[in-house]
Amino acid sequence: MTTGITKVTKHISPNEQLIFERSQTGRIGYRLPALDVDESTLDIPAEFRRDDDLEGMPEVSEVDVIRHFIRMSTWNYSIDLGMYPLGSCTMKYNSRLNERVARIAGFANLHPLTGEQDAQGALQVIYELQQHLAEITGLPGISLQPAAGAHGEMTGIMIIRAFLDARDGAAASHRRTMLIPDSAHGTNPASAHLSGFSVKTIKSTAEGLTDLDHLRELCAHGEVAGLMLTNPNTLGLFERNIKQICEIVHEAGGLVYMDGANMNALVGVARPGDMGVDVIHLNLHKTFSTPHGGGGPGSGPCCCTKELEPFLPVPRIVKSNESTFRLDYDQPRSIGRVKAFFGNYGMMLRALAYTLTHGNDGLREATEAAVLNARYIAAGLVDDYDKPFAGAPMHEVVFTDKRQSRKGVHTLDIAKRLIDYGFHPMTIYFPLIVQGAMLIEPTESVGRQELDQFIDAMKSIASEAVEDPELVLNAPHDTRIGRLDEATAARKPVLRWKP
Amino acid sequence: MLEAIGLRSPEDLFDSIPQDLRLQRPLNTPAALSEIELLERFEQMAARNPAARRVSFMGGGAYSHYIPTIVDHLLSRSEFFTAYTPYQPEISQGTLQTIFEFQTLVCQLTGLEVANASMYDGSTALAEAVLMAERVTKRSKAIASTAAHPQYLEVVRTYVQHAGIHLEVVPFDERTGQSWKLLAEAVDNETAALVVQSPNFFGCIEDVSALADAAHAKGALLVVVITEAMSLGLLKSPGACGADIVVAEGQSFGVPLSFGGPYLGLFATREKYARQIPGRLVGEAYDKQGRRGFVLTLATREQHIRREKATSNICTNEGLIALAATVYLETMGRRGVQEAAYQCAQKAAYAARAIAKVKGYSLPFSGPCFNEFVVRGPTKAVELLARLGKEKEIDGGIALSQFMPDRPNDFLVCVTETNSRAQIDSLVEDLSTI
Repeated sequence: MTTGITKVTKHISPNEQLIFERSQTGRIGYRLPALDVDESTLDIPAEFRRDDDLEGMPEVSEVDVIRHFIRMSTWNYSIDLGMYPLGSCTMKYNSRLNERVARIAGFANLHPLTGEQDAQGALQVIYELQQHLAEITGLPGISLQPAAGAHGEMTGIMIIRAFLDARDGAAASHRRTMLIPDSAHGTNPASAHLSGFSVKTIKSTAEGLTDLDHLRELCAHGEVAGLMLTNPNTLGLFERNIKQICEIVHEAGGLVYMDGANMNALVGVARPGDMGVDVIHLNLHKTFSTPHGGGGPGSGPCCCTKELEPFLPVPRIVKSNESTFRLDYDQPRSIGRVKAFFGNYGMMLRALAYTLTHGNDGLREATEAAVLNARYIAAGLVDDYDKPFAGAPMHEVVFTDKRQSRKGVHTLDIAKRLIDYGFHPMTIYFPLIVQGAMLIEPTESVGRQELDQFIDAMKSIASEAVEDPELVLNAPHDTRIGRLDEATAARKPVLRWKP
Repeated sequence: MLEAIGLRSPEDLFDSIPQDLRLQRPLNTPAALSEIELLERFEQMAARNPAARRVSFMGGGAYSHYIPTIVDHLLSRSEFFTAYTPYQPEISQGTLQTIFEFQTLVCQLTGLEVANASMYDGSTALAEAVLMAERVTKRSKAIASTAAHPQYLEVVRTYVQHAGIHLEVVPFDERTGQSWKLLAEAVDNETAALVVQSPNFFGCIEDVSALADAAHAKGALLVVVITEAMSLGLLKSPGACGADIVVAEGQSFGVPLSFGGPYLGLFATREKYARQIPGRLVGEAYDKQGRRGFVLTLATREQHIRREKATSNICTNEGLIALAATVYLETMGRRGVQEAAYQCAQKAAYAARAIAKVKGYSLPFSGPCFNEFVVRGPTKAVELLARLGKEKEIDGGIALSQFMPDRPNDFLVCVTETNSRAQIDSLVEDLSTI
């Protein structure tokens, strides 16, 4: 090995307990100003008041809390520690500048029910981001209200349903089938179901693309409301027949929804609106670098054609004149509100800052680097791991454990062994149609040296799988805890601490 | 690197995209800004939000509470804010243990047995609670009242419109500002969810125990929704009152206003319904050597396994905001949450008494309040509040006419532990002179 890969070591402070186990009666970590109004007997009847004195809630000092969380933080892997190649998750660097922007007092202290005349700057941020996202997707109608990808998806599918109901009237009740490829994210069918659609699955070809013949066959029945398609798809391949796919669905009277989870492969290079797509959601917490925060907050803007615009959630944020913005509730065909207030506003600030600091050329450059990095990994691992699809990948690439499993080493084991080499594992066992899938998305936030280290680590694991499979099967070796017994955890769930 | 993979130009990377689908021009977005320029631009826009600098008495689903300095410090740790959903437990124990503590704290506050890892916010949590009640009871009617947050009701309507659920909305009592009696009368044998917000949108506390009895007598679930989570520090827990599902907006626990988001949906229920709960759950687990850790569990409810049969489509939730609430609740602790809640109630009572004495002003509702109350002014509330903002630099509350056009003179006033007596006194003074 030339990249000097060495194993990580154990943590300094592995035994931090639960905060409840640290609690000591009478300890306090806060101080409020003394009550400065005349105390009165509250008119809240005794039977409406708490009588448990919040027993069990922690009593700790400030330094207890600091040590508690700092110790726990050392048990986490994070982007700032290194490459986090989770396929379909786009774990790119989160700029500190964007964090600073989101904390500017003029935004952070602004109440969401402030009159629009006193919140013009906040509305301007939303409006400008809408304009940029419209340009990037080629789809002019936008709502930033959805709070995450699945939420944007649900919004998009409800818009399709409202459009069909308006177009077809009572006849729309026969058009309740949503087509979804077998490689799709699980949120797709779940969102379709929430909008009252039943799901039919489209097969993928041996090449890893949507099967056009199967699509035509499913579209022939007349009840198709639409298609939900990820592009590039979850195998990392661009659906090169996308235009034809859209035409087939449109001819059958349906609409095309694109899952924008993989937009990091397209920004500045190609636009869904130019491909015939009717509605898409974006993930600001993927493509536009807002932090994932250990599972959110996200932000899932929904972008659509002019034709679908009247169905977007209310309120719309529109321009009244050159520098004045207002909330428009007068949208009688809207699907309604999908969230209180305006959505995850703090994420919009960060995404606008991302867009403005990159500039138009920087946005495209990021896409190029993301695709180049994935290609580099594809080329680097193809001799050691089974690559089930020959096509050139975009921003992510899928491999399998086919070769290693002959020795009893499976995808899960390879993933756990990667931890010993100091990397976060890739996405595993997804997409479901690829047995033993390992979906690798490096993003643009890694350089060649780190890519080489990752490739070396994967190659090293491939040889360990042959020479010393036990070593891989028992990984990880140097983490604070080993593999946890998830089956027992699910059978007898313990979901909270009890004294 | 291009050479290493046999390509000549960056354009070759996109060979799999048909030529006619590629953008043949630069994006029409602005050129790159430096850090200095960027901050200047955002500061300029922020300056156009004068309301952010004012003394405020606005609530209505978003509240100004004290946030200990360590909250932002801890959630800014790279290890927390740049991590993904904890799919690999061996290197995600920081996030997982935090969620386990969060779930425990939510159970303690709500008086229920199981809580999830968070929902997007209070409004979507309520919509999911109604959908869950339908799954549990196999019934298709939900009943709520006009005393619930109007935007929350709108979100519920959007979510249930294609789920075959009918949402019936009953009025509130004009004298008390409460709705529990009318809600209790409306529940029938077809009701899946009886929904009550307490304290309600007008700040009035509802009789949750009476509603639990009424719901259970008809086989319905009682769903309690809370927008001001700080009230849990003083009021009897909904679980102890008999609620089956409790959802809340957790923004009061250490989360800035930030023009409405990101906030934090709390979701808790009874143990017997654990497998019907939407969203992620973290549970205790052990490794081969018997060491305790935590994992995502009961995943067979979720979309990545069950697809269209999942309990919800939710995937990404509000992890980092749940961390903020966890740090907040642990720092304030058992005593601090109760003291902050008590101060809110005392200060609101003081403000209400004083405003009621001002000529031309009255309190239209008699029901008991926590920290919000409705004031009826002598003139249109929208105009009154606009003048207060402009002339006195005070945001005096929320005009109800934007939600209820038949209440032109009413506005909702909220007082928290961050409002000093001097601020309250000047609000009262300004109301009497404006």
